[in-house]
Amino acid sequence: MSLRTILAGAALAAGLTSGAVADGHEPLTVGFVYVGPVGDGGWTYEHDQGRLAVEEAFGEKVETVFVENVPEGPDSERVMTQMALQGADLIFTTSFGYMDPTINVAAKFPDVKFEHATGYKQADNVSVYSARFYEGRAVQGHIAGNITESNIVGYIASFPIPEVIRGINAAYLHAAAVNPDVEFKIVWVYTWFDPAKEAEAANVLIEQGADVVLQHTDSTAPQAAAQAAGGVYTFGQASDMTEFGPVPRVSSIIDNWAPYYIARTQAVMDGTWESVSTWDGIDTGMVEIGEITDAVPADVKAEALAMVEAMRTGAYHPFTGPINKQDGSVWLAEGEVASDYGDDGLAGMNFYVEGVSGEIPE
Amino acid sequence: MITLEKRPEPSQFWVFATPLLSVLLTMVVGGMLFAALGQNPFVAMRTIFLDPLFSEFSWFYRPQLFIKGAPLVLIAIGLSFGFRAGVWNIGAEGQYIIGAICGAAVGLAFYPMEARWLIFPLMVLAGALGGWAWAMIPGILRTRFGTNEILVSLMLVYVAEQLLASMALGPLRNPDGMGFPGSRNLSQYPSAANLELIQESAMHWGVVAAFIAVIFAYVALARHLFGFHVRLAGQAPRAANFAGVNPNRLILICLGLSGTLAGLAGMFEVSGPAGQISIDFNVGYGFTAIIVAFLGRLHPIGILLAAGLMALTYIGGEIAQSNLGLPGAAIQLLQGMLLFFLLAVDVLTNYRITWQRGRA
Amino acid sequence: MDLSAINPILFFASLMVAATPIILAGIGELVVERAGVLNLGVEGMMILGAVCGFIVAVNTGSAWLGFLGAALGGALLALLFGVLTQCLLSNQVATGLALTLFGLGLSALMGQGYIGIKGPVFADWHIPILGDIPVLGPIMFQQDPMVYIALLIVLGTGLFLNRTRAGLILRAVGENHDAAHQLGYKVIRVRLMALAFGGACAGLGGAYLSLVRVPQWTEGMTAGAGWIALAIVVFAGWKPWRLLLGAYLFGGVTVLQLNLQAAGVAIPVEYLSMSPYLATIVVLVIMSAGRAPGSLGRIFHASH
Repeated sequence: MSLRTILAGAALAAGLTSGAVADGHEPLTVGFVYVGPVGDGGWTYEHDQGRLAVEEAFGEKVETVFVENVPEGPDSERVMTQMALQGADLIFTTSFGYMDPTINVAAKFPDVKFEHATGYKQADNVSVYSARFYEGRAVQGHIAGNITESNIVGYIASFPIPEVIRGINAAYLHAAAVNPDVEFKIVWVYTWFDPAKEAEAANVLIEQGADVVLQHTDSTAPQAAAQAAGGVYTFGQASDMTEFGPVPRVSSIIDNWAPYYIARTQAVMDGTWESVSTWDGIDTGMVEIGEITDAVPADVKAEALAMVEAMRTGAYHPFTGPINKQDGSVWLAEGEVASDYGDDGLAGMNFYVEGVSGEIPE
Repeated sequence: MITLEKRPEPSQFWVFATPLLSVLLTMVVGGMLFAALGQNPFVAMRTIFLDPLFSEFSWFYRPQLFIKGAPLVLIAIGLSFGFRAGVWNIGAEGQYIIGAICGAAVGLAFYPMEARWLIFPLMVLAGALGGWAWAMIPGILRTRFGTNEILVSLMLVYVAEQLLASMALGPLRNPDGMGFPGSRNLSQYPSAANLELIQESAMHWGVVAAFIAVIFAYVALARHLFGFHVRLAGQAPRAANFAGVNPNRLILICLGLSGTLAGLAGMFEVSGPAGQISIDFNVGYGFTAIIVAFLGRLHPIGILLAAGLMALTYIGGEIAQSNLGLPGAAIQLLQGMLLFFLLAVDVLTNYRITWQRGRA
Repeated sequence: MDLSAINPILFFASLMVAATPIILAGIGELVVERAGVLNLGVEGMMILGAVCGFIVAVNTGSAWLGFLGAALGGALLALLFGVLTQCLLSNQVATGLALTLFGLGLSALMGQGYIGIKGPVFADWHIPILGDIPVLGPIMFQQDPMVYIALLIVLGTGLFLNRTRAGLILRAVGENHDAAHQLGYKVIRVRLMALAFGGACAGLGGAYLSLVRVPQWTEGMTAGAGWIALAIVVFAGWKPWRLLLGAYLFGGVTVLQLNLQAAGVAIPVEYLSMSPYLATIVVLVIMSAGRAPGSLGRIFHASH
């Protein structure tokens, strides 16, 4: 007998002994695997807020478990297996690097549902979900293009991956739309989280004339650097970072996983869960725009809010043609909306749009 | 007052008693910590130290000890020779990374050719050579210029980490990976995969290599002239000179050996359990192995046991986090504590505590 | 590409700030190593200092008291290392690595209630007259007080090691502990004091991150700064003034590569990031003066 059948049997047994979920006597167990500490104040922190929201929403009917600081690779595979063995019915794996481990473990536990964040591999019992953060970037770009006086916008980028590149493009397009003279200065810090380095990056950008700094890294260090420098605007990332408002933080992109986590947990309870690929944005509340403070002129704020509303209703897509690639070739024709997948799709975006200077590092 | 008196011979009793004593001390102090965090200390300790071995699901956890322990054993065995001879390679993490990069690069270069008989052995060779070459840098600098190998090998860890990032983002990036960093998954490429030898046993080639390394190290230390030279160089460098030990050769051999084994560990990890080169591929095995080597008293069997204990606390710690809701930080603290106690009570093995009235 | 966008004055001013945490941690470790002890737990002491400093500062409202608390926290953790390695004769390399693990865990536990809180403000000092000197003023004399304190500690350490009897004893202990013991010096006591100083400095370096540089508490916020401190001690050849050079080189490469990127220069970031480590190795090879203290890392036991 191979382990696969043993595991399946064990999972089944666990399912049986812990009581049929549907009849509501035993709590549904929901597992979360985190790549960082819950105290990182950014990525993992927001996923944990989502977990707490699930507890809040279902009370006695759910039990949540989590393991933090789980390295990608064999350690994550073990943690997922362990959760499944201990009777988890639904497991959220919250880092891109968990993709192959999630698929491997899911194959061994056909009755356990898995949800993998930011990946692209699905299976019968593996859903993928991610957020359209670029919608928030578009709003930031619009505000940034309006409020910059030096016409220099600094951008702290983490790693050259599609998600970050999408963010740069979305922000640039909307900044340039309202301010053709705007220039983006982009620095790649090769980390998601290193407060000292992020602070230095922010300072460098400010010293080189940027009076708006966007960040795609998770710490508040750039906010503090902007506050110390004075006269510089920033946007919160991952978390609201309101403690730095009303200036320098004039708005923020918040990862709000709670609605999705609650909905998926409910789906498992109802027996309606099926494998889906979710890529939600402002429309479902997965991406939230933090309060736009009064430091932003009222008309700009009104425009930004209108844009948010248009994206919420689906009337507006941030990548609507005509848009050329950096080399001048046509990416989207007039009125054409970017597709999610396929060649030149958003999911695998690896080029800058026209007007962004510099090269994407290899 | 209390003084320490060196024993002529390490105490056989304490050699075995100290590990037990330190685990016991950790349980007591750690238990108090967990009680302070509002946990039942007995349940917490049982979860961490016993559940991986004897619980409903221990059939899954036990093989996991091999996966977690094998790279530690492999690296620590290599290091132990150098540590005995006074050659301090603390850059095994770097050699581990380079071994993985070289092994993976060879495997990926052949993708998608099917020739396991050729590709996998070549990868093993490349991993070993890569680790060896990375360790030769501090080796040659030490023997040619007298440069301190502790520091050079440590510096090379950071260089290797940067190299890893550039490989994951550049040359080794998966062309079908939607633009994400990280290489193809080698464990899904049959010709290059470090597969399980017995299905679902977690026994991959790295585990086999670790056991072979333990046996060879045991034989070398106990029976072979090389082992004698190593011990002599560490205990009495001048006597070693008279015995005809060439110190430079010894340094190069010790560093080369530890680099080779660390490189192998990296290669087996990247082609098996981890599967791919990614920015965060290394999780500190090279540094943990240093602790393992010392906990194992630089003895092959001791290293095997120490690696098992470390693996146990990792796996048990994860169970405690998810089952009891203990914060990950508390587990880290407990590990640190366990290491402190193990290192502290070791004094009893080599020294006798005596009471002396006044100043002797 | 527009290199003129890099303002040299601002560049050097931010370099001073970027280098301060590693100067603090580095000078402490330098003294420890000169006393013959290799404490690889700098990262652990720094992160504990960062959390202790932040907790004290938030609760008292005073960043100064925070720094004091950080120094105490770091020193206490260093003394734990001291007891293990000096009194219980454990191996220094292994104990130092364990100390880092312990410090990371302890700090995360202690800091649980302090995430997302802002600490008290620690203002820059604009030193009158000196601060108004063109070019030099903004670089040297308009920084926050810890920048000056760090430099003063380096200066004081240099004087202490080279000009005082106590410094001589400390170096003697580090060069040859058996000989120092024969001469009647208290090897263990000297080393414990050096360790406490080293821990206090590392704690200050950590608190500089949590109270000035970032300023907030987040788990793992030192992100490897402790290891860089270890590297610059070696780079410095165990000489305080060269430590400054090393810290500015390491800090400078980071600031420089960010500056070059922002100015639109396409640079291979990873290769530039590894350059200070390679430079350290080259320095180690070239400068024979960079010889490690004779008893570094060796266990001392007075057998009679």
